[in-house]
Amino acid sequence: MSDTHGQTALDTFPRLLMEHARQRPDRPAMREKAYGIWQTYSWAEVATSVRAIACGLAELGFKRGDRLAIIGDNRPRLYWSVAACQCLGGIPVMLYQDAVAQEMTYVLLDAEIRFAVVEDQEQVDKMLEILPEVPLLEHVIYDDPRGMRHYSQSQLMGLDGLHEMGRIQDRNQIDFLDGEIAKGASDDISVMLYTSGTTGKPKGVCQTHGAFIAAATGGVQFDRLTDREDILSYLPMAWVGDHLFSFAQAMVAGFTINCPESGETVMTDLREIGPTYYFAPPRVFENLLTQVMIRMEDAGAFKRKIFHHFMAVARRCGAEILDGKPVSAADRFQYWLGNLLVLGPLKNVLGMSRIRVAYTAGAAIGPDLFRFYRSIGVNLKQLYGQTETCAYVCLQPDGQIKLDSVGKPAPFVEVKLADNGEILVKGPMLLKAYYKRPDATAESINADGYFMTGDAGFFDDDGHLKIIDRAKDVGKLNDGSMFAPNFIENKLKFFQHIKEAVSFGNGRDFVTAFINIDIEAVGNWAERKGMAYAGYADLASQSAVYELIKEGIETVNADLASDPRMSGSQIKRFLILHKELDADDGELTRTRKVRRNFVAERYQVLIDGLYEGRKSQFIESEVKYEDGRTGKISANLRIEEAKTFTPRAAIQAA
Amino acid sequence: MMNEMAQTATLPESGRRIGEVILDLKNISLRFGGVKALTDISFDVREHEIRSIIGPNGAGKSSMLNVMNGVYHPQEGTILFRGEPRQQMDPHMAATQGIARTFQNIALFKGMSVLDNIMTGRNLKMKTNLFQHALFWGAAQREEIEHRKKVEEVIDFLEIQSIRKTPVGRLPYGLQKRVELARALAAEPTLLLLDEPMAGMNVEEKQDMCRFILDVNDQFGTTIVLIEHDMGVVMDISDRVVVLDYGKKIGDGTPDEVKNDPDVIAAYLGASH
Repeated sequence: MSDTHGQTALDTFPRLLMEHARQRPDRPAMREKAYGIWQTYSWAEVATSVRAIACGLAELGFKRGDRLAIIGDNRPRLYWSVAACQCLGGIPVMLYQDAVAQEMTYVLLDAEIRFAVVEDQEQVDKMLEILPEVPLLEHVIYDDPRGMRHYSQSQLMGLDGLHEMGRIQDRNQIDFLDGEIAKGASDDISVMLYTSGTTGKPKGVCQTHGAFIAAATGGVQFDRLTDREDILSYLPMAWVGDHLFSFAQAMVAGFTINCPESGETVMTDLREIGPTYYFAPPRVFENLLTQVMIRMEDAGAFKRKIFHHFMAVARRCGAEILDGKPVSAADRFQYWLGNLLVLGPLKNVLGMSRIRVAYTAGAAIGPDLFRFYRSIGVNLKQLYGQTETCAYVCLQPDGQIKLDSVGKPAPFVEVKLADNGEILVKGPMLLKAYYKRPDATAESINADGYFMTGDAGFFDDDGHLKIIDRAKDVGKLNDGSMFAPNFIENKLKFFQHIKEAVSFGNGRDFVTAFINIDIEAVGNWAERKGMAYAGYADLASQSAVYELIKEGIETVNADLASDPRMSGSQIKRFLILHKELDADDGELTRTRKVRRNFVAERYQVLIDGLYEGRKSQFIESEVKYEDGRTGKISANLRIEEAKTFTPRAAIQAA
Repeated sequence: MMNEMAQTATLPESGRRIGEVILDLKNISLRFGGVKALTDISFDVREHEIRSIIGPNGAGKSSMLNVMNGVYHPQEGTILFRGEPRQQMDPHMAATQGIARTFQNIALFKGMSVLDNIMTGRNLKMKTNLFQHALFWGAAQREEIEHRKKVEEVIDFLEIQSIRKTPVGRLPYGLQKRVELARALAAEPTLLLLDEPMAGMNVEEKQDMCRFILDVNDQFGTTIVLIEHDMGVVMDISDRVVVLDYGKKIGDGTPDEVKNDPDVIAAYLGASH
C-alpha cells in the first residue's frame, strides 16, 4: 500500500481496479448468471480475487513480460485473469474460444505462451491435443472443474486451487502484489490482440495501458457514461471491441459488466439485465429484427394491423424525435401512443428498454435495419475503428446520425486522407507494435506517425467520414469504372434473405456474385409458401428461391444504377452456393468476415462458370466438421442472370 | 448428498469403484395369463456400474425394467434390493427407495415448462403439504427455493439452461429425452433405469447422451441400468451386459465376453434360426 501511495496517477488497469475497490467497494462490478440466478461480485470482491489469481500465477513462476493465454466464453474469472496478468506486468493474449486446436497452435507458438487460463474441459482437451507442438506451454489452468477429475497431466491445475494458493500468498506477503502493481507503467503493453487474419497469418497487436485507457476515456466522455451503466458481455473476449467495452471502459468508468449464462441464453439474459449501454455487430441486430418480424407474421390480423400502423408512424417520425428535431404535435401524439402500445413493449422484448447508447460496427449496417432501431427509440449509433486503434477512430455524435457515415473523429483522434483515399489515423490509441514483426509495424505506420488503416473513404460536407471499401479491394472493371466489392456485397446483405455475398469483377467485363441464403429467413418464407425442402443445399437450389434472390439483386442493380460512380458495377450473373461459408473451412475469419481470396481460389470453377456464360456448374468441395473430421460435398449449381439498368443519373443529367 | 456420494465413489485413477451387489434378481418368471414374458432370469446389478440389457424386439427387456421398479410383480423369484428381500412393491415405493427411471416413449407433461417438469422429479422430497403450498409462505417457500437449487444444478449439469422456460412440447425429440433424464436425476436416485435413452436420435444427439450418462455415473456415482438397441453405444459404455431372448437369459458378462458368446451371436445374427 505504501508503495502505491505516492502514485496517484491512474494510468494502468491494475491501479484503476484498486482505485475502484477503494472508491466504490460495494458497487457491482460484475454479474454472472449461475444456477439460474444472477450472482453479483462487488468491486472489492473482484479486486480481492484478481489479487489472489495474480499471486497464484506468480507462485507458479509467472514473470513480468510473460504472456498469458486466455481461452473461453465471457466468464468473470477469465476477465479477472486478464487483470491479474496485468498486475504482474504480464501480457494477456485472448484466443477465440471456438477455434479448433490446430488454429490455436499458431498463436500459442507466436506469442511463446507458457501459461494458459482456459474455461473448461473442452478447451483443456484442445490444449492437451496440441501440447506436443507447443513445447513452451507449461501450465494450463482451468476455470470449470467439471469432468476434470480423471485428468492427471502435470501441467493441469484448477483455478480454484490457484485462487486459494494465491489468497494465502497475498495474505502472507501483503507488499508483494502492491509492489508489482507499482512497477507498472502507462506505456507497458497491457494486452495483445491478434488480428483476424483476413489476409495472411494473424498478427499480434500490442496495445499499451495508455492506449486503451485513452480510447476508453474518450468514449466515456463522448457518451457521458457513468458508473451506473450496465453492459452485457457476450462477444468473444479475443475481439478488440469486447476488450474496449467490457474491460477497458468498465475499468475507466467503473460500471457493471454482466456475463450471460451460456451462448444460447444471450437473448434471455439480455432481457433480464436490460443493459443501458450495448454493443452488437450488425448481424445480431439483424437476427433480432428477423425474429421479431417472423413472430409478427404469425400473429393475429388485429395485432399485425396495430403493429404495422405504429411501425409506420415510428418510421415517419421516430428517428427525428430521437434526434430532437422538430416534429408536428399530431405525430408526437401518435408516437407517444405507439410507444405505449407497441414500441415500448417491443423494446422490452428485445431487452432494449433501458438502453441509452448502443453501438454497432464491424460491418456495414443496412439502412432499413439502422432506421428501424432508431425509429423505435433505441439510440443506435455507428463507430469505426480497428484492432490497431483500440476499436476507436470515429463515433457518431448524439443527434447527428447519418445512415451511411461512421461519424466524426473521436476525442484525441486525428484522421486524414491519403491521396489515394486511404484513411490515416493518429492518436494516443495507436498500437505500439505488431509482436515480433517490425517489418509489419513499419509497413503500417508511415513516417509522420499515422497508422494506415487500409480502408478507403472520404469526408462529407459536415465532416462525417464515409467508408467505401478496403483500399486494396477496390479494383477496376475492364471499362475503367470503379469496382468496390464490399460496397456491393453490403447492399446485397441488407436483404433479409441474403446472409452472405461475395462479388467478383476486378479486371473483368462485368460483375458476378456468389450468394448465401439466410436459412432462417428463407426457410420461414418457404414454409409459408408450403414448399418442401430437405436442408440448406436443397433449399438453395430451388428455382423459387432463385427468383426471390434475383428480385433482391435487381433492386440492388437499380440502386447502383442511380450512382454514377457505381453504375458499372451492376450484377449480371449470380449463383447460390450449395453450402454456407464457414469459418471452420477457412472461408470466413473467426469474426465472420469473408476471406475473399481464399473463397475465389477455392471456388475457381464456379467463377469460371459465371464468366463463361454456362447455365450450371458442377462443384465438389471439402468440408470440415466441428470435430475436425473432413468430408466431401458436391453439387450442380444453377447460374442465373439478373436484369441490369441503364444509369439513371446519366439520364437525369441530360 | 450427491457430493458425498461422488466422493466416496472416487478412486484417484479409475475414478469410480464398482461396489457391492445393490440389486439381485433371482429366478424371476413373469407371466401375463398364458404368455411367458420372462422365464427364470437371474442377474445382479452392482453399485456404481453401468449395466445394459440387450436383446431383440420382444425379448422382455422393458418387462425386466418394470419388474425392477415395481410396476410388474413377478409370479416367481425373489428380488433383493440392498440385501433386503423385496415384498410386493409399487413404483411409488421404488421411487422412495431411490430408484428413478425414464421411459421408452417420453412421459413428460407437454404443456409444462422444462423447469416445472424437472421440479416434479423433486415431488417425493417435498415435505410441506398442499395447504402450505397454496399459501406459499414460510416453510413452503423455503422448501421450493431449496428444491429449485437442486433442479438448477441438474439443468446446469445437462446443459439445458437455454430451454429452462420452454414448454416441453415445443422441443425437439432429442432434447425431450434429455429433459426426461433431468427429471429422473432431480430425484437424486441411487439406481437409475433408462429405457432406450437413445432411441430415435441422430449421431450427435447420441454422442451427447452417452456423455451425459457417463458423466452422471462418474460424477454422482449413480448405478445405471439401461436398455439400448444401438450395439456400438452398449459395448462402449457398459461395464456388464445381460442378453435376453424370448424371455430367457442367454448371455451375461463384460461387453467383450458377450460379443464373443456363440448363443448371443446366434440370437442376433440368426445363425441357428
